[in-house]
Amino acid sequence: MKQEIIIAGFGGQGVLSMGKILAYSGVMQGLEVTWMPSYGPEMRGGTANVTVILSDRRISSPIVHEFDTAVVLNQQSMDKFEPQVKPGGILIYDPNGITRHPERKDISIYRIGATAHAAKAGNPRVFNMVVLGALIQVSPNVTLENAYKGLAKSLPERVHKTLPANEAAIRTGMELVETAQVVPGLATGEAPANAVIR
Amino acid sequence: MSEEFKVEIKPENLVYQKPALTTDATMHYCPGCSHGTVHSLIAEVIEEMGIQDSTIGVSPVGCSVFAYNYIDIDWAEAAHGRACALATAMKRLNPGKMVFTYQGDGDLAAIGTGETIHACNRGENIAIIFINNAIYGMTGGQMAPTTLVGMKTATTPEGRRVDLHGYPFKIAEMLTHLDGVSYITRQSVNNPVNVRRAKKAIRKGFEKAMAGKGTSFIEIVATCNSGWKLSPVEANRWMEEHMHPVYPLGDLKDI
Amino acid sequence: MEEVRLMKGNEVLAEAAIRCGCDGYFGYPITPQSEVLETLMELKPWETTGMVVLQAESEIAAINMLYGGAATGKRVMTSSSSPGISLMSEGLSYLAGAELPCVVVNVQRGGPGLGTIQPSQSDYFQATKAPGHGGFRMIVLAPFSVQEMHDFVGLAFDLAFKYRTPVMILSDGVIGQMMEKVVLGPQQPRWTDEYIAETCMDWALTGKKGRGRNIVTSVDLDPNSHERFNLKLQAKYRNIEENEVRYETVRTDDAEYLLVAYGSAARIGEKVVEMAREEGYRLGLLRPVTLYPFPTGPIEVLSRQVKGILALEMSAGQLIEDVKLASQCRVPAYHYGRTGGVVPSPGEVYEAFKAHFPK
Repeated sequence: MKQEIIIAGFGGQGVLSMGKILAYSGVMQGLEVTWMPSYGPEMRGGTANVTVILSDRRISSPIVHEFDTAVVLNQQSMDKFEPQVKPGGILIYDPNGITRHPERKDISIYRIGATAHAAKAGNPRVFNMVVLGALIQVSPNVTLENAYKGLAKSLPERVHKTLPANEAAIRTGMELVETAQVVPGLATGEAPANAVIR
Repeated sequence: MSEEFKVEIKPENLVYQKPALTTDATMHYCPGCSHGTVHSLIAEVIEEMGIQDSTIGVSPVGCSVFAYNYIDIDWAEAAHGRACALATAMKRLNPGKMVFTYQGDGDLAAIGTGETIHACNRGENIAIIFINNAIYGMTGGQMAPTTLVGMKTATTPEGRRVDLHGYPFKIAEMLTHLDGVSYITRQSVNNPVNVRRAKKAIRKGFEKAMAGKGTSFIEIVATCNSGWKLSPVEANRWMEEHMHPVYPLGDLKDI
Repeated sequence: MEEVRLMKGNEVLAEAAIRCGCDGYFGYPITPQSEVLETLMELKPWETTGMVVLQAESEIAAINMLYGGAATGKRVMTSSSSPGISLMSEGLSYLAGAELPCVVVNVQRGGPGLGTIQPSQSDYFQATKAPGHGGFRMIVLAPFSVQEMHDFVGLAFDLAFKYRTPVMILSDGVIGQMMEKVVLGPQQPRWTDEYIAETCMDWALTGKKGRGRNIVTSVDLDPNSHERFNLKLQAKYRNIEENEVRYETVRTDDAEYLLVAYGSAARIGEKVVEMAREEGYRLGLLRPVTLYPFPTGPIEVLSRQVKGILALEMSAGQLIEDVKLASQCRVPAYHYGRTGGVVPSPGEVYEAFKAHFPK
């Protein structure tokens, strides 16, 4: 299997750390991984994105320009990355702040109201874990158990007291994710893990 | 050789002798230059402190680039202006060693100003020997940052002009503001009294550096009779009359 | 015991430095490599191995701190990115001229000038041909993974001391910023002062106890004697060229076409090989691991086997010159590159390959 995933949003939404937790979950699952961030001043308030590749073989290029899965958390990222999802691939987005919803018909599309949930729960810090939960629900390339391990590996020990809240947020994301459009024969939460593998 | 130059040295008449740590290499310095005297003082201090096996000197770019030929200790020759950067790493990686730099005014106060200031500000436990002769000796007598106003050099043929070149750089005074420096003094080797004072100052600087008190900065106001186009005697007098008023001798900081 | 972690290339440089017994790191912040100094300050090796870590006031000071540290026989290292490496040029020349060992990492960004902070490989000429004045060379290692960022630190120190020469690890913003799995090596002890005094007795400034004084210098005003020194340096470089060439090949056994790329471009190149092989092109990749010494021989041999060569690099065409020299222009050799911080996509490289070599 090989999954090329882009996670994109605003700096400060926890995009890079969500990518790191996903990548570390892949490590715990015994996969090869790469995590390649956008870096520089754009991190501060601008857009931020990270490419995570999970594979059961040696990964060649850490930089790719089309993706199996795009996780989109703001409009700029929608405009940029919707066209870069491979036909039959997956797009997950948070509708908060989205003015132009995805239009492609050849990809599966899921919505996760992570911003709304985090606001309601009064804990914006777990926002990105809600999104991660949605991702591993619709594209289960890492198990929930390994996601917990990846989370623990990624967070410094001094904040390990927040692990239960973050784990709960992942489970919430798995439950909250809504299906907008499924391309027949391709990935859904119920589908086997290899459904999106090419 | 004429009769009048025939001098017989008798042991009972010896007041000074060549320090044990100076080598037999023939010095390349011009007759009358202060470098030779200061080299001897450093050699004596190292010998008297008994640290010749654990001292590392850093020589600069300038006339004293070959200082390593004359004092029998381990030496590194630095890039122009960077002696304090070398000494920083040497001392931090070898805290038991005595590390000192030996630099001229161009090296220390022009191209190496940044390295000098930051080493002093970090309080590196090193001694900096600063030879200020107000001119670039080795490259043929160009203006130094410390050149006096009105002083003629190869690049100030009509004399240093403040409107063109700014003011003589009093870096020792400037360094007094830095908390990392524990000892700043300005000396000269123009007469036997001052030679003895300069030696005391060098020894004090070395001792403070070894005691971990921070940076010691010992400026020596020096002659460059070739660059100044004066005889050795005239150069000494010119230094007393013109240099010492601008660069007054004595301790500037001692904590 | 093996310790697998997910780390950035820059972070792993810091870990590797500590673990291989580095004595001192001196550096100045510059994107995209500031994590090296940040990680070292976080790890506080002065409390464990005794390693010195210092934020210098400039890259100029940092490289001259290396000169001072190396002169005392210590294993010293710095890292920077392209504009900072330019500031180190003079110091590198002095280090080479005084025959001192040290490790310098360049996490390249796009230039010229202040340029961009995004990845580039435009410092190839600078690293391999003229890192400073005076006609010296450095061994240049080009890591293409986070694991190699780790492994090459120890290797670089070994080579630096074997040949008493500066060694550069030429990386770029992709490898520096990327996270991958890495197996960290065991903690090696730092060399003791006694060991340095004994093994580096004929040159290191350890205090002249029990021996004549040592002098570390690069100045020699007598042309004849300085020419003899230059010839000695050149003999050292021939020795390095004979013994230290390192490279990797991917599917070159049956290759009809050859891609040559190093560092992060080689990762993209591997993907291009995968794409080409799927469509029936017999494309192989040669990845120079040492850029100096360059794998001239292996490329010369392959140039007798293939119909054409594409050199892929994140620059306007620097590697291609060495590829043409190595292949002696026996077959068509083309350049494909992007500049200014743009990282080429595997797809565009593959299209360029097909345009040069249509079926």
